Amino acid sequence: MNATIQLEQPRPLPVLTEDPQELIGFLAEFKEHDQLLDAARRAYAAGYRKMDAYSPFPIEELPEALGCRPSLVPMFALLGGMAGGLGGYFMEWYSMGRLYPLNVGGRPLNSWPNFIPVVFELTVLIASLSAFTAMLVLNRLPHLHHPVFEVPEFERASIDRFFLFIESEDQKFEQKRTWSFLETLVPLTIKEVRDE
Amino acid sequence: METIQGSEPRLSIPGKPYPVTTLGFPAEMIGPHQTYARVSEQIAEVPLRHPHQKLWLLGFAPAFTLLLVFGIAVGYLLYRGVGIWGIQIPVAWGFAIVNFVWWIGIGHAGTFISAILLLLLQKWRTTINRFTEAMTLFAVICAGMFPLLHLGRPWTFYFLLPYPDTMALWPQFRSPLVWDIFAVSTYFTVSLLFWYMGLLPDLATVRDKARTKWKKILYGLGALGWRGSARHWQNHQSAYLLLGGLATPLVLSVHSVVSFDFSVAQLPGWHSTIFPPYFVAGAIYSGFAMVLNLIIPIRRIFGFQDLITVRTLNNMACVTLATCWMVAYGYIMEAFMAWYSGDVFEMAMMRDRAFGYYGWVFWLLMTVNVVIPQLLWSRKVRTNDIALFFVALSANLGMWLERFVIVVQSLHHDFTPAKWANFIPTIWDWATLFGSIGLFLTLMFLFVRYFPMISVSESRELIAQRKEGRL
Repeated sequence: MNATIQLEQPRPLPVLTEDPQELIGFLAEFKEHDQLLDAARRAYAAGYRKMDAYSPFPIEELPEALGCRPSLVPMFALLGGMAGGLGGYFMEWYSMGRLYPLNVGGRPLNSWPNFIPVVFELTVLIASLSAFTAMLVLNRLPHLHHPVFEVPEFERASIDRFFLFIESEDQKFEQKRTWSFLETLVPLTIKEVRDE
Repeated sequence: METIQGSEPRLSIPGKPYPVTTLGFPAEMIGPHQTYARVSEQIAEVPLRHPHQKLWLLGFAPAFTLLLVFGIAVGYLLYRGVGIWGIQIPVAWGFAIVNFVWWIGIGHAGTFISAILLLLLQKWRTTINRFTEAMTLFAVICAGMFPLLHLGRPWTFYFLLPYPDTMALWPQFRSPLVWDIFAVSTYFTVSLLFWYMGLLPDLATVRDKARTKWKKILYGLGALGWRGSARHWQNHQSAYLLLGGLATPLVLSVHSVVSFDFSVAQLPGWHSTIFPPYFVAGAIYSGFAMVLNLIIPIRRIFGFQDLITVRTLNNMACVTLATCWMVAYGYIMEAFMAWYSGDVFEMAMMRDRAFGYYGWVFWLLMTVNVVIPQLLWSRKVRTNDIALFFVALSANLGMWLERFVIVVQSLHHDFTPAKWANFIPTIWDWATLFGSIGLFLTLMFLFVRYFPMISVSESRELIAQRKEGRL
C-alpha cells in the first residue's frame, strides 16, 4: 500500500534458530491500519491461512481479510435470551400457579400480562450474560500470557502500531520464503516470535 | 444540524475559538491534532501518573467526608429503624423513595449515551461514553440501597428474590415492587458488563504503558490478556453491539417499571398513564444534567478540551433541552388531566400541589426545571461550559424536587381529609441524601483516578475515520 517507503536493501535474515520447534512465527509491524489490511489480504492471497493480526482498535474488514468465520457471539446471545425468557415465564407460572397460588382481585393464576416485565428483564439479563461469556470463551480469555508479548515492539499493539502474525504451523510456512514474503509488504520491522 | 455522515465543511470564524459548520454549529468531534499515540498518552497518563493530585484530593476529601456521614446515617438507621426519618402514615414513602427515583434516573444517561446513541451512529458520544457508563453504575448503586434501607429490616432483603425457601413463600410477581427488583438488578448487571467490555482494550493500553511492576500486574489482570487480535476484536465488536441493542429497550423499561410503582396505585397524583414516558424522559434529562455537571470540571482540569469538544457539549445541551420539554409536557398534561377528568380528588390534589402546604416546592420546581433550562435555546449558553454547568445544576435540583412533589405531596393529601398530614424531613433524612451524594462522588473520584475515563480505542477509531475523511 504505502510504496513510498523503499528499503535500500533487504533486511538480513535473522540468525535462524537451531531448534526450529521453538519458532512460533513471524510478526510484521505496520504504521497505518490500511497497510495492515492490505498486508492481510496479500498474505491470504499468497496462501497463508494460520495468521492473526493485532491492532489498537477494531478494523471492520480485517477478520474477513484473514479468512475468519463470522462471530458466534450472536447465536449464544439468542440462545441465552430464549432460555432466560422461557425460564422466567416458567418460574412465574409455576410459583404463582402451582407452588403459591394466591387470588389477587379475582385475576387468573396465570395472569400473563403481569408476568411480562420479569420475562423481559430476564431475557435481557441472560442474553447479555451469554454474549459477554461467549465473547470471553471464544476469545480464549483470560489468557494472561502469549508469546507475542515477548516481542518488545508489540507493546505498541495497544497504542499505535498494527501487526501481522504468520504462524510457523501454517502449511505454507517456510522460514526464508515467508520472511522474504513479509519483506515485500514493506513493514516497519519483522520479528521472530519464539516460545521460551 | 447533525448530519449522519458529516464531511461538512469546517469554517474558522474570527472570534470563535472553535471551527463551525456552515450553519454555525461547532464542528469538531475530536481535536485536529490528535494522533493514536497522543490520545493514548493523554488518557492513560491519568491512572498511571495521577496528575493534579492536589485538586483531586481537594475534591475527594469532602466527598469522602460525606460518605462517612452516610455510614453514620445508615448505622443509626439499622440500630433504631426507619422511625428516625420523618416518614409517617400517610407519607410512608419519604426521602428514601425520592432519592431512589432520583438516582436511578441519573443513571439513565449512561446507557442512553452508550447504547441508544451507539445504535444511532452518533459518533460524538465516543469520548463521553466510558465516563457516563461509570456514572450509571455508581448512580444505580446509590439508588439500589434506598428501597432496601426503607424495608425496615434490610437484612431480610433476600426475601424479595425468588428462591425455594423453607417457608414455601414466593414473591408476588404481579406486583410492580417485585418487577423493580428484576429491573434494577438487570440494569446494574448489564451496565457493568457493557462498561467492563468497553474497558478491556483500554486496560490493555494502560498495562502496556505502565512502568511499575504492580501497575503492570494489576492492569494486566484487569485486561485478561487482551492483545487486540483481529479475532478478539471481531467477537468483542459483535458482543458490544449486541449489548447495545439489549440495553436499548432496558433504558426505556427500567424507569417505566419504576413509574409503575406509582401509577399502578389508586392515589390521585400517581394513578396516571402518562407516567412511564414522562419518567423515562425525566430520567434522561436528569442524567444528561449530571453528566454535564461532572464532565465540565473534569474536561477543564485534565485539559480534555480536544477530546470532549464544544460540539459534544452543545449536543448534550440540545438533548437536555429536548428532554426538558418532554418533562414540561408531562407537567402540563398532569394539570390538564386533573381538570379534564372532572374527578374531585384529582382536582383537589392539583390545587393542593400548586397552592397547598408544599406549593412553594412546586413553584421552585417549575422555575429550576422548566424556566431556567430555557437558557439552552441560546447557542452562547450551550457552548459556554460555565453557564452550562449552572443550568445543569439547576436541572439536577429540579428533578429531585419533582420526585419530592410526586412522592410526598401526593401522599400527604389523599382521599380522606382525616388522614392528611405533613411530612417534615429530619436531620437523618438529609444526612442520608447528602451521604449518598458522598458515596456517588467518592466512587466517581476513584474511577477518574484509577481507570481510563475516556474510551481510548474508540477515540482511535475517530482518528482513523478522520484520516479516511469519513468524519
